[in-house]
Amino acid sequence: MEVIHLSPWDLSIAALLVMALALLTSRVGMGLSKGLLVAATRTVIQLLLIGLVLTTLFEHAALHWVALMALIMLLVAGREVMARQARRFRGWWGYGIGTLAMFTSAFTATILALTVIISPAPWWEPQYAIPLLGMLLGNTMTGIALGLDRLTTTAWQQRRMIEGRLILGQTWSESIQDIRRDAARSGLMPIINAMAAAGIVSLPGMMTGQILAGTPPMEAVKYQILVMFLITAGTGFGTLGAIWLGARRLFDERERLRLDRLA
Amino acid sequence: MDAPTFAVTDGPLLQLTGLQSDHMGPVDLSLAPGELLLIAGPSGAGKSLLLRAIADLDPLRGQVWLDNQLRETILPALWRRQVGYLPAEPVWWADTVDAHFTGVQDDWLEQLGFQSDVRQWEVERLSSGERQRLALARMLGNGPRVLLLDEATANLDPDNTLRMESLVRGYMTERQAGAIWVSHDHEQRQRLGGRLLMMELGRLAEPALESRA
Repeated sequence: MEVIHLSPWDLSIAALLVMALALLTSRVGMGLSKGLLVAATRTVIQLLLIGLVLTTLFEHAALHWVALMALIMLLVAGREVMARQARRFRGWWGYGIGTLAMFTSAFTATILALTVIISPAPWWEPQYAIPLLGMLLGNTMTGIALGLDRLTTTAWQQRRMIEGRLILGQTWSESIQDIRRDAARSGLMPIINAMAAAGIVSLPGMMTGQILAGTPPMEAVKYQILVMFLITAGTGFGTLGAIWLGARRLFDERERLRLDRLA
Repeated sequence: MDAPTFAVTDGPLLQLTGLQSDHMGPVDLSLAPGELLLIAGPSGAGKSLLLRAIADLDPLRGQVWLDNQLRETILPALWRRQVGYLPAEPVWWADTVDAHFTGVQDDWLEQLGFQSDVRQWEVERLSSGERQRLALARMLGNGPRVLLLDEATANLDPDNTLRMESLVRGYMTERQAGAIWVSHDHEQRQRLGGRLLMMELGRLAEPALESRA
């Protein structure tokens, strides 16, 4: 089965729909039309650029180029995690905790999938490596951002409760365990919901894409299951790691609550 | 001041040397076993900061010793059990009273005016005065050597104030525990007796106006 190519004219029809929506929102004064058009324009430019980058990367497949691409993706995702924090850690910790957690979890899961499960030759074949890492980083990023944000904002709100437990002789870990549990829950909820709804409420995007590209449905389903599990593991371990690091950082060596470490 | 019936160690029970932050100190202080130290002073003078500092809740310069043992040689959680801090508005986090208790004796609860079934009470239903009184029992359950009481009886009626005072005094005598009690109430200070120090602008000083009890 051959992919049906899209012409610029095909895309323009879809773009007209977005413009019609922008026109409508501006007529009723919802103040959304500008944001809508800017975002749509960004989508076009960013995706065209990444299309060029991937085309070039596939043509000049070399480990160092793939590694460079992976590094850039990681750094951008790390920035995104930090930007989503209402109360982020001061200094390098603000960037470091999320980035380190994403690196260890998403990269480990991707490399495991590439070397042991899918095993393309070579294992870093960009056609497999980059999309896989992208999906893992994107989801891990969401989980870590949600978990860390919940951890720090709740600790800020419940500072008296945490200190109340400390003064009664609880350790730093005991004093914040309820908050840590909540933070882990909010980081993992999106992927748990996605797994539960997969195939019934929603057809996952990757699977849909493969089917559109002509892959037999059962092959697409198997890939989707693999990716879901990888994402779950990556998000789960990454979120738990980030929350542990973040919670530890909220206390100093004398187990005092140090909210001055948050910006 | 009550004369201790026996000395646990030769030296002071609690000793502070050069305890200092940007808003408080330097404070040098020494507390003997069984001794009650009263601290008064205008709000914002740093009284709560001092108690928080002794309980090791804020990073500060200076040294704190308990029974001639430097604070940094004792695990933080263990330190805070031995140096019990009772804030003006104690926090309760679990559903029932009992979930917060370890080592709380029934006769303490009785002295505070409760039946022993108070353990099964829901925290949500406690009045602020009940929370305050039960928090004293909760803290004593850790068996602290030093009590740090921050306006511990503020907002209590006279009967309950007396109950808390007598429990603290009884505990101190029984265990040779020391206490630092921040109190605004002149009559309470007269009743309790003990050494009085004034805190002003983050410094401790001998009282100029109020005579010693």
